[in-house]
Formats: sequence, C-alpha cells, structure tokens
Amino acid sequence: MQQTDTVTPPVETIASATGMPMLHKIIFLGLLAFLMVLPFMVYPIFAMKVMCFALFAAAFNLLLGFGGLLSFGHAAYFGSASYVAAHAAKVWGLTPELAVLSGTAAAAFLGLVIGSLSIRRQGIYFAMVTLAFAQMIYFLSLQLPFTGGEDGIQSVPRGELFGIFSLENNIPLYFFVLTVTFGGILMLYRIVNSPFGQVLKAIRENEPRAISLGYNVNRYKLMVFVLSATFAGLAGATKSQVFQLASLTDVHWSMSGEVVLMTLLGGMGTIFGPLAGAAMIVTMQNYLATFGAWVTVIQGVIFVIGVLLFREGVIGVLARWFKRPL
Amino acid sequence: MMKSLAYGTALGALIAGSAMAQDIEVKLGVLNDRSGVYADLSGEGSVVAARMAVEDFKASDKGLKVEIISADHQNKPDIGSNIARQWYDEEGVNAILDVPTSSVALAVADITAEKNGVLINSGAGSTALTREQCRATTIHWTYDTAALANGTGGAMTNSGGKKWFFLTADYAFGHSLEENTAKVVEENGGEVVGTVNVPFPAQDFSSFLLQAQGSGADVIGLANAGGDTVNAIKQASEFGITQAGQKLAALLFFVTDVHALGAQTAQGLSLTEAFYWDQNDATRAWSKRFFDTHGSQPTMVQAGVYSGTLAYLAAVEALGSADDGKALVAKIKEMEIEDPLFGTVKVRGDGRAVHDMYLFQVKSPDESTGEWDLYNQISSINGDDAFLPMLDECDFTKM
Amino acid sequence: MKRRRGTFRMFELLGIPPQVLLGQLLLGLINGSFYAVLSLGLAVIFGLLNIINFAHGALYMMGAFVAWMLLHYLGIGYWPALILAPLITGAFGILLERTMLSRLYHLDHLYGLLLTFGLALIIQGLFRNYYGISGLPYQIPDLLSGGNNLGFMFLPNYRAWVVVASAIVCLATWFIIEKTRLGAYLRAATENPVLVGAFGINVPLLIMLTYGFGVALAGFAGVLAAPIYSVNPNMGADMIIVVFAVVVIGGMGSIMGAILTGYVLGLVEGLTRVFYPEGSAVVIFVIMAIVLLIKPEGLFGKAA
Repeated sequence: MQQTDTVTPPVETIASATGMPMLHKIIFLGLLAFLMVLPFMVYPIFAMKVMCFALFAAAFNLLLGFGGLLSFGHAAYFGSASYVAAHAAKVWGLTPELAVLSGTAAAAFLGLVIGSLSIRRQGIYFAMVTLAFAQMIYFLSLQLPFTGGEDGIQSVPRGELFGIFSLENNIPLYFFVLTVTFGGILMLYRIVNSPFGQVLKAIRENEPRAISLGYNVNRYKLMVFVLSATFAGLAGATKSQVFQLASLTDVHWSMSGEVVLMTLLGGMGTIFGPLAGAAMIVTMQNYLATFGAWVTVIQGVIFVIGVLLFREGVIGVLARWFKRPL
Repeated sequence: MMKSLAYGTALGALIAGSAMAQDIEVKLGVLNDRSGVYADLSGEGSVVAARMAVEDFKASDKGLKVEIISADHQNKPDIGSNIARQWYDEEGVNAILDVPTSSVALAVADITAEKNGVLINSGAGSTALTREQCRATTIHWTYDTAALANGTGGAMTNSGGKKWFFLTADYAFGHSLEENTAKVVEENGGEVVGTVNVPFPAQDFSSFLLQAQGSGADVIGLANAGGDTVNAIKQASEFGITQAGQKLAALLFFVTDVHALGAQTAQGLSLTEAFYWDQNDATRAWSKRFFDTHGSQPTMVQAGVYSGTLAYLAAVEALGSADDGKALVAKIKEMEIEDPLFGTVKVRGDGRAVHDMYLFQVKSPDESTGEWDLYNQISSINGDDAFLPMLDECDFTKM
Repeated sequence: MKRRRGTFRMFELLGIPPQVLLGQLLLGLINGSFYAVLSLGLAVIFGLLNIINFAHGALYMMGAFVAWMLLHYLGIGYWPALILAPLITGAFGILLERTMLSRLYHLDHLYGLLLTFGLALIIQGLFRNYYGISGLPYQIPDLLSGGNNLGFMFLPNYRAWVVVASAIVCLATWFIIEKTRLGAYLRAATENPVLVGAFGINVPLLIMLTYGFGVALAGFAGVLAAPIYSVNPNMGADMIIVVFAVVVIGGMGSIMGAILTGYVLGLVEGLTRVFYPEGSAVVIFVIMAIVLLIKPEGLFGKAA
C-alpha cells in the first residue's frame, strides 16, 4: 500500500546552509532578553516550569517533527531523568549540574534501550510500542524502592552550583534553569540544521528513497530517538531541581500525551512551535487549576480541534502568513 | 503588601483602644482533592466544615475576619506544593487545612515550615508527618495509618483473628501499612501466614483473594486504599470469601467508601475511624447541620477539619495575630481542648493530636435502618494506645 | 525482611497442588476474555480504518456507565443492558466517526490516533466530573448470582458467564468476518477500498458500520465488566494500554490472532499472579519486548 508511516508537518523549515537565518537570530535574542526580565515580572517558579516544558516539547519535536516518529511514551525519559536527578542530588549529594547530568545520562541510556526495540515497528505500531514501554517504566517507578512510590522523591535540596553558588533563592536558580534550557534548545536547533538533520528530513519525506540512497535509516532513527530522549531527560532532570520533587506525574502516560499536545498546538516541525505550545499549555493549567478535572476535558478539546482544524499549530499558521519558516 | 496591611490593622487596633480585637485578618486555605478518589471524603465537604467552624467560633464577634479559600491538588505532590507555595507567597494564606494524600501532605508540610505558616492536616495518613518529617508548624489532627493499624489489627487479633493474610498494594504506602499492622498483629499474639504484593492500581483481585483463601487465614488484611480496596471487597463478596467465614479488614477506609459499596457488599467489614456521625448527641447534631448543607454525612476527615479550625481560631484569638505559625502551633499544644466531635484532644509536642479512636463493623443490610446507618461500634481505643509514642527529636515544646 | 517473606511464599506456591493452579488458570481465562473482546474490537477497527482507536478504553468505560445509567435512571436491568448499552455506545461511535474521524482518512493515520486520544481525554474527564472517581455500584444479575464449588475453587456464576459470553461474541465476529458475504466485502474493502467502491459497494457506509461495531464490542466488554469491577471513569484508562500491548504481540494480521492472543495473555498474566505477583502488571509488556525482538511483526502479523 502507498501509505506513509510518518507525519509530515505542513510547514517546512528550511535552514540556510550558512548558520542561523537573521530572523531566527532576532527571535532567539528577543526571547532571551524577555526571559532575562521575566522572573521579575511573574512568579519565577512558574517561569521555570514553562522553560522546562519548552525544552521537553522541543526535544519531542525533534523526534516527531523532524524525525517523523510519533512516540507516545516520552514521559518515560522525562520522568526517569527527574527521578535519577532527584536521587542524585538528595541521596548522593551531587551538585545540581552533576545531578542534572546524571539524570540526562539515565534518560539517554533508556532511550537507547527502548529506541532500539521500538524502531523495529513503524507508524502506529511504533507509537503503541513506545507507549507500552513507557507504561513499564511507570510501573517500575511505582515499585522500585528508590523512587518512593506515590510520595516520589521529596525535599530535594537545591544545593550549590559547582559547589560554590547557592541556588537556594529563586532568582539564581532561575538563571541556572534559563542557561540549561535555553542552551538545550539552541543545541536542538543546531542538530535540526546540521547534515544529520537534513538526512532525517529526507527519511521522513521518503524513507524508501533514503534507503536506496544508501543511508542506514534505522541507525538514523535510533540516533534521533536517543537524542530526543536525552534532551527530554535534560528537561525532566532540571524540573526536578526546580520543584525539589520527582513524582509519578512525570512518568505517567498523560504526561506523554501532554507533550504531544504542546507540540501539536504550537506546530510540529517548526522551531518555535513547541516553545509556544508549552507556554500556552502550562499557562492554561496554571490558571485553570481550580477547575480540577475540567483541565483534562479542555486539553482533550484542544487536541480534537488541533487535529481536525488546526494541524499546522499556532506557529505553523504564523509561518504560513509570513511565508517564513519559524 | 500583606505585611504593611497587617501593620496598618495593628496600628488601627491600637488607636481603637478597647476595641482591640477588631479585624485580625485570617486567611485559611483548604487544600484537598476535589475531583479524584478522595474528593468524597474531603473535597468540598471539608470547606463546608471549615466554614461551620468559623461560624460556630463566632469569629466575627471576636474580631477575627476569616476568609476561606480552596483548591484542588489532584493528589499530585507537584501540583499541591505549587499551590501551597503560591498561597503563602502571593495570597497571604496563614494556614492550610486538610491536605489528604500523604505525598502531597509531606510536600506541603515542608513548605509550611519554610514559610512559617500552619498546616492542620486532617486528610492524610502518613505517620511521617509527626515522625520522620515532623515540623514545628504541623498539626496532624484526625488519624494516621499507625492508629488505624493499631485499632483494626489489635482489636481483630484479640477477638480471635489470629492468622492474617495481607493483600498489599505494591508501593511504599501499602508496604508501610502492612508493616504497621503486621507488627500489631504479632504483638497481640497473632501471626502473619502470608502476603501477596498486588501491583497498584489493580482492578482484578480474584487471583490474590483466592491465594488468601487458600492460606487458611482468619483475617484478610487489605493494605491498600481507595478504588483498590473497593474492588477487593466487592470481589471477596463475589467469591464467597466473607460468606465462608474469613474476615476482611480494611486498613484505610472511610464511611463514604462504605456508603458507596452499600451495606450488602461491605457487611461484616471491620475498620477503624476517629469519628462517626451517629456516635452521640453532639456528633448527630453537628452532622445534621453538615448534612443539610452538603447532602452527605461527614467523614472523620471533614470532622477533623472542623475541629482543627476551631482550635486554630482559638489560638489566633489568644495570640491576637495569625502571622507567626510556629507560635500558633505552640499555643495549640498548650491548650486543653474539649472538642464537640472528638472529645478530649491533646496536641502533643510533635504535632500529633491525640484522641480516642473507634473500631467499627459494617452492619448487615437487615440491621441497617437507613442509607447512612452503616456502623456498629465494637470498641473504643484510648488515644495513648492508638497512636505511636512521640519521638524525642520531634518534641518541639522542648526546643 | 519483606523480600524474604515474598520469596518464601513463592517457593511455597511453586509446589502448589494442580487444582489450585487450575483455579488460577481459570481466573486468567476470565481476564483474557476481556482482553480478547477489546483487542478484537481494536483489530476490527484497525482492519478497515487503519486507525488505532485510543478511545477504546474510554468507550469500554462508557459501556459500563451506560449500563449503570440504564439501571439507575430508567430501571432497565442487566440483560436488556447487555444488548442496549453496546448499541448506544456503538451509535455514539458512529457519531464520532461521521463528525470527526471521517475527516481524517486522507491524512496520515497517526492523526487518527491523536484524535481518538483527545476524545478519550474528553470522555473520561466528563464522566469524572459528573460521577466522581470513587466508582458506582452495579449488582450482579440475580440469575447469575452465587456460584459453584468446582472442588478446586469456588467459581462465581457470573465469571463463568463472562467466559461464555465473550467466547460467543468473539466466535460470532470471527464467523461474520471470515465466513459471510458481508465479511468478504469488508475484507475486500480493507485490501482495496477503491476497487470495492467501484463494484458498487458503499465503502463509507461499510467503514461507518465497522467503527460502530468495534465500539459496540468495547461497550459490550464494559457491560460485562460492570458487575465485577466498580463502574469507574478510569477503568478503561489503564486497560487500553495493556490491550495495546496485546495487539502489538498478536499483530493485527488476523481476527483469530487478536482473539487468541487476548486469551493466551490472560492466562499468562494469571500464572504470573501466582508465581510472581509483583510482576503481573508488567509481564505483558515484557512479552511484548521479547516478541518485538524475535518477530517484530507480531505473532499473527503479516510482515510489514
């Protein structure tokens, strides 16, 4: 059959071969400037939450938007990294940057194991397999002694960066988180626009053709899977330092759904879409928290509307208006 | 902002002279589950209970201006701690009430200590609140898992249920519930003939129940909570386990759960609670008022929110301010409390409110005269026996 | 300390008498019955629409709730509900197919997965808002209350009925699809919808009815489950992920494959509950990983 197994984003991101286009540069700089003053305008913890999820969504977008692979189990990497980082900071007494790194490494390893199994199936099966594996991770997180079951790992110390700078206060912590997440997002941008990223797009567009051109498609798929898991882990590990907590919420399948939603709403396959999507969803959750279970319903409605009418996502639509890849 | 406001009122009070008690502003936050498994036993009912306490305390006559806000923590520690932080930082909340779900309660207890607020916990069961993670700003009012284990485990072993088999929810909470109870059972001359660790959450308990049945135990202890316990009880009745003479002991179960199951299915079940609406004239009178507003009988958690709020307001009145959480809690620990619902209550140095607990058995449908006529009281357990002894390092009155 | 007790018990059970084992196998078969009906529904839908119906768990839950509502609001008991509730959920499914899913057929199939995921969130959220999460009681019908002592175990009549009912439904579905003319159209439409359409068969109608039928199967499983599990908005949420794993293991190649995998995995899970209860929640996922390693297309699947 002529069915394609991948999701093709409606808007193509074209990277100039010579580094970052001016427009992207301006946006990134503007964003950075905005983020510099943000903690003095809103509740810093809320701002940090948005940034962590933005990185998470951007990592997920690498896999879905550029790799064309829909994983429905990305909470596994986000969550397990957050557990490992929390454990490292609390029990091993590691400094924040090392704790975050160890969480990220755990996610990368997990991504390698699960990825090498999952890429054996394509399309819908791939989504289901990743979901099932994530569920397995969820059960492990519930049962393993070090995760603290339902309590999670609580009261994680914020510690001192490099053993020197105290992150006890929100503002220094904010700039640590800003550095990590913004750096992560820039690295993802680099990956997308590297030769590796070009091959990915080729595979996404036409896998048989990429194979016939001599690319080892499975190796590329695995690599993008591991990279995506790693950056998702970076986001999760950072989040655990912000909230001083790693809990089951981070590994639950609804978290996997949430990141799909963020990416879809912002615009999959765009650079800035996942960031916008994450900001919108986190803000919505924050302000609708009093409505309890209605949040789920509203998210479901956004999902349905997004899929039916709005597949390009917010940034995708903007990109079409301005006729520029965003 | 809040500080300057409070300062302004203090100044105003000084000027007003004899009308000293004018306008002490108190903001209470009821933080609990409003949509999940614990919504029925805490939820809006706890807010109703807190409001009744403000009313009964005649707060406005005594110059307290009390405002109550509420939020849903969805049983998630991350959401709960977020709300608590924002309440203290931005809303000027003085005390947080209720907080079921141990994971959330522990997170909120830490934040409360950091912000010098007050946590009067009614809904959560973890003994860590007054032990491993005891804080000078925490009061644990209604029950804890050790008290439930003591009540149910001790009383049932003494009345002949010597051999126990545990169905344990396979995560930290389930294991600690099992461990607490097993200890009590063994201390009372019983023995544990087996345990099975059931993955959590589970829908189908038949296989595990059959293993329990085959073990020849007198009592099947359900070391789980919420929907798991409901399913286990339902299926035990389906497989004729209770009919065949084995007893079920629910280690964490509430009157609303029993009500949802119905007397037909739950009959014969033993459980421990700190409060039951139909205990005496005072509880009946209060529960009737509660029922008229809320449409269901109060649980012990909701009753605990009421009583805890009364005690808190009394302390605020005594100190003339709601700003210093640590001082307020210390004050409550000094008070002699005669509570309309819980009787004599003493808050220990570690924040544990000590009062009697009661072992109940669910009535059979023939005995039950109404929808909410569910319990027979089997025995009462003295507070000092029910709760774990205080740890020295948690006695904040000595620091 | 705890571990030791656990292992001790394990060894004790390794030497369990065969009768007890038989009892546990029977219980596994009962759970397998639910898996079979649900994975069959997924397979039927997937066969024609190429959509993985993420809302299947939510619709299963809805089946149970419809049965409860019929009883509670209209006084309609279990037996009529066993027919009515699947019809109502099926009709609801048709509504979803007509208004939403049908708009996605020209797109990548993953959008179908995303859409049904959103629908599942909405359905579960709504039920949670209106009925809470504690679960609602639904009694076993009088005719099937009580049970029989089989010597090795006490088998509640209702559980026996679950096995029988699911087997009947599964076999009937298999028969219709594999042995009747309607089934032949259906299979043909799966292979080549354009060609079948050219023969004058109304393919959109066929698709609509198939989706409705698959959903009705989920609703049927929901009614079957209502008396033994509490009727609870979350009852489908965890179920669906297990059923996904079942489907991956079986592969979607054949109707019979979906059914058999469902029953067999129920049995395997049942055995795990005896020998290593802690692992019973993950055993299906472990099997899935192994199958993926050895036979990526699934046990009954055609090579992709």
